[in-house]
Amino acid sequence: MTALRPHAENQYSEELAQLARDDDRPRPPGWRLSPQAVVTYLLGDGAKVTPKYVGPRRLVEVAVATLATDRALLLLGVPGTAKTWVSEHLAAAISGDSTLLVQGTAGTAEEAIRYGWNYARLLAEGPSEAALVESPIMRAMRTGTIARLEELTRVPSDVQDALITILSEKTLPVPELNTEVQAQRGFNLIATANDRDRGVNELSSALRRRFNTVVLPVPASADEEVEIVARRVAQLGSSLELPAVPTAIEEIRRVVTVFRELRGGLTEDGRTKLKSPTGTLSTAEAISVITNGMALAAHFGDGTLHASDVAAGIVGAVVKDPVSDGVVWREYLETVVRERPDWIDFYRAARDA
Amino acid sequence: MPERLYGIRHHGPGSARAVVEELSRQQPTVLLIEGPPEADDLVRWVASSSLEPPVALLGYAPDDPRQAAFWPFAVFSPEWQALKWAVSAGVPVRFFDLPFAYRLSGDHSDIPDEPRRPVDPIGELAAAAGYDDPERWWEDVVEHRGMPAFEAIGEAMTAIREDSPEDPDDLVREAYMRTVLREVRKTHDEIAVVCGAWHVPALTRKVTQKDDAELLKGRKKAKVAFTWVPWTYGRLASWSGYGAGVRSPGWYHHLFTSADEVVPRWLVDAAGVLRAEGVPTSSAHIIEATRLAETLATLRGRPLAGLAEVTEAAEAVMCDAEPLRVELINKRLVVGERLGGVPDEMPALPLAKDLAAQQRAVRLKPEALERALDLDLRKETDLKRSRLLHRLRTIDVPWGEPVASGRGAGTFREEWKLRWQPEFAVRLVEGSMLGTTVAAAATAKLTRAADDAETLADVTGLVETCLLADLTDAYGPVLAALDVRAALDADVGHLMAAIPALARTLRYGDVRKTDMAGLAAVTASLLFRVCAGLPSAVGSISDEAAKVLRDRIDGVHAAVGLLADEAGDDLRERWLATLVSLAGRDDLHGLLAGRLTRLLLDAGRLDAGEARRRMRLPLTVGTPPAHGAAWVEGFLAGGGLLLVHDDALLDLLDGWLADIPAGSFDEILPLLRRTFGAFEAGERRAIGEKIAGGRAAGPETGGLGFDGSRADLVLPTLSALLGREL
Repeated sequence: MTALRPHAENQYSEELAQLARDDDRPRPPGWRLSPQAVVTYLLGDGAKVTPKYVGPRRLVEVAVATLATDRALLLLGVPGTAKTWVSEHLAAAISGDSTLLVQGTAGTAEEAIRYGWNYARLLAEGPSEAALVESPIMRAMRTGTIARLEELTRVPSDVQDALITILSEKTLPVPELNTEVQAQRGFNLIATANDRDRGVNELSSALRRRFNTVVLPVPASADEEVEIVARRVAQLGSSLELPAVPTAIEEIRRVVTVFRELRGGLTEDGRTKLKSPTGTLSTAEAISVITNGMALAAHFGDGTLHASDVAAGIVGAVVKDPVSDGVVWREYLETVVRERPDWIDFYRAARDA
Repeated sequence: MPERLYGIRHHGPGSARAVVEELSRQQPTVLLIEGPPEADDLVRWVASSSLEPPVALLGYAPDDPRQAAFWPFAVFSPEWQALKWAVSAGVPVRFFDLPFAYRLSGDHSDIPDEPRRPVDPIGELAAAAGYDDPERWWEDVVEHRGMPAFEAIGEAMTAIREDSPEDPDDLVREAYMRTVLREVRKTHDEIAVVCGAWHVPALTRKVTQKDDAELLKGRKKAKVAFTWVPWTYGRLASWSGYGAGVRSPGWYHHLFTSADEVVPRWLVDAAGVLRAEGVPTSSAHIIEATRLAETLATLRGRPLAGLAEVTEAAEAVMCDAEPLRVELINKRLVVGERLGGVPDEMPALPLAKDLAAQQRAVRLKPEALERALDLDLRKETDLKRSRLLHRLRTIDVPWGEPVASGRGAGTFREEWKLRWQPEFAVRLVEGSMLGTTVAAAATAKLTRAADDAETLADVTGLVETCLLADLTDAYGPVLAALDVRAALDADVGHLMAAIPALARTLRYGDVRKTDMAGLAAVTASLLFRVCAGLPSAVGSISDEAAKVLRDRIDGVHAAVGLLADEAGDDLRERWLATLVSLAGRDDLHGLLAGRLTRLLLDAGRLDAGEARRRMRLPLTVGTPPAHGAAWVEGFLAGGGLLLVHDDALLDLLDGWLADIPAGSFDEILPLLRRTFGAFEAGERRAIGEKIAGGRAAGPETGGLGFDGSRADLVLPTLSALLGREL
């Protein structure tokens, strides 16, 4: 049995070990690597260390510097801009452990952030250390590691505010036992939040003040995005053990172009304005369209990726709202795709899909 | 030490500090500065405390002020600091660059569009060393090492210049500089030279006097005038004409003026900017931002946080990564809004001079008190006044504001409210960047606005301005922009909204004696696009959209009516054909269907019988009542008065009403009430009286009858009045 998706610190354990060996710069207390080495781990060094995040270097530097100043880090961005991915790798590189994770939902309770009780023991023995069920954040405080909180803005406001004491006083009182858990050096929190959720559960200004904010943008250029998609598709293909399909860079480029054009509301040549669909059309979705197409090609096709394999996936990704997005997609198909002579196969496939 | 060359970075605070230090050490007896020699006389103004940087030297040809150039100075410019030092130490100063007069003469353009050599050589050195901010490189590499900075820079430049292509313009300038230097050597021993680092190797190079004279031979001097003008940091940031443009004058100002704690002071200022905009920013924010900036600097292996670090720290901690706030800090702080000042007794700018001349010509005096002005455009002077005021509005000097005319629709009348405000002087300075006469500046401004315009409506506005202000030179670019926007704009609504204004201009523009051919062509193409796009835009729309579209169709219809030449007939034909094809469609919104039927009826495209048939349809069983109501509303809207006077229409309506079976009448009544309720009470009464009384009397039988020969008598007079044969 092997895990469907290994944790970052397991998958890249060799790179991390290598970096730790070569790293001769000072490490902040509780850190496995120096800040410079963490930046190298995320962005790659062009040789042995593969890039995990492709994007502006300054953003990664600000993120790492934030964690080094013991301020909490808030990663913002539209869905699919690698927020979770970056937070996982930051935790893996800094603490060697990316598993202390709280998923924020509308139903996240305070116990998930502070601590809960094993009620059987609580009833039998009364409040005791043994009856306490600590949250991932509490464990991270005790062990001096990085905790992660996904989708912070989906968590109800009253629950969010439980973080204030943790982040400002760096302590978590347990009044039932008349004790507290003090954060050890090396503890910090990485939260992610979705731009599209803005205003759902806006952070209180007291909490906001405890976070440094870094916005992860959508990839700046088509080439950059193609590179991201191609790299991820190759990684996913090997970890899901799909039959080998030669990744057709042309198909990837086409999918990325379609996504970028619809997302930006403008064709790449800047001549034609387009309507944007309701979906976000993130890079992550482009990756899944390609992976999906490869699975189709491998199992049901002739083993090479054709336009017809990705067309259905694209339509599914673009048309989230059958009425308004349908119009957008048809318009795009008829005015832009059709005019491109070398896209005729894609046009036919997409029209039939 | 008879002679020292200080190779500086234009607008580099590091260089500025170093130059002042070295000058007070060297104590030269004469100072040469890279700059136009014609401005030597203006150096004395530097002593005046009311000459406050940022300022610029403006050089222009008095007989053709359009030929002008600026040499800006900020407080952190090494040249400015050197000037200040020399003036306070009583050392004579000479500008020793190639005279501006040489550049103006002859037909060759001496100022190349694309400089072949690096514009900011020290910046490139810094970039090669991995620094994004040349000033920090200067700080780290030049100052912290304590080495004789200017010798080192000179050597580095010599190395760079050996591998770079030479700019012919540079060679001429340097030949002149060497000539001046030779001349000065004869009279002075201790010479200090402040010039761009790039020129240092050329000034030390051994070149014979003869070769230099050869290069400079045959250059004629044009007549030029110089003056100091106030400048702004915003201009400095966008200005690229002189040496190096500066992207962050505010930051440089801060670097130059703050003695210690550069980073915290900057972040305190940034917090101040945010607070002023109502963003809560506490001292804790500043502390955290300072820590982040310093950590970032450490992470990047830099001894001190620079602009990049403080900006990123402010962004992450204080701005919550809101792009607008980052933008705000950038605008207020990094660029800065500082405005320089010049002494009042300074000679005026060419643009201001031109304005003063025109004010005299049209006999309008600038007054601080508001007053009304009533112009009759048929008079030559008034027309000129109107044009001047419109031009001034174009370059953001709203001396006059047009007042919506309360007196009829006379196209030859304009009412203005005049008021001169002191800040217009500053706007004139900014305007002088665009051109040195009012007309040239306004033309440049309009051309630029046309290039930048995003929507069709923006450009249509510009066309009108163009004609009102009589800027014939801007006319071409603006029309071209209009054509492009029209082609790009897929929204028929926008196209339709643009047409009425253009048609008005075409129709009434001749009061202003402007050329219309280009505009007519563009308007026609616009209308063709509308005709092509309208059919797809009218299907399945909401009530609000229908109302908007109805108004737009009305607007275009009226506009088409205005276009009354040969081309107009063709246009009209096409437009009506489009309407006919539209009116027959089933999926049309009731309001539009009613409106179109009415328009076609008025235009004589439907006979009464057909109109009556169409009127009946919306009120039959198969039509939902809302549709019927909208139809009637569309058909009759705005027509209260018309019903009183148009017997044919009233007949039609009357007949249609009488046709309605008694059973259905109750159902239709609310729809009718809704439409007729919108008419004025007086109109309703007149219609009622007409139906009840006038028609019963039978106008044909009881009237006076029509005597053709008597009616003919008025025709000659009418012909004379209308100016055409009847």
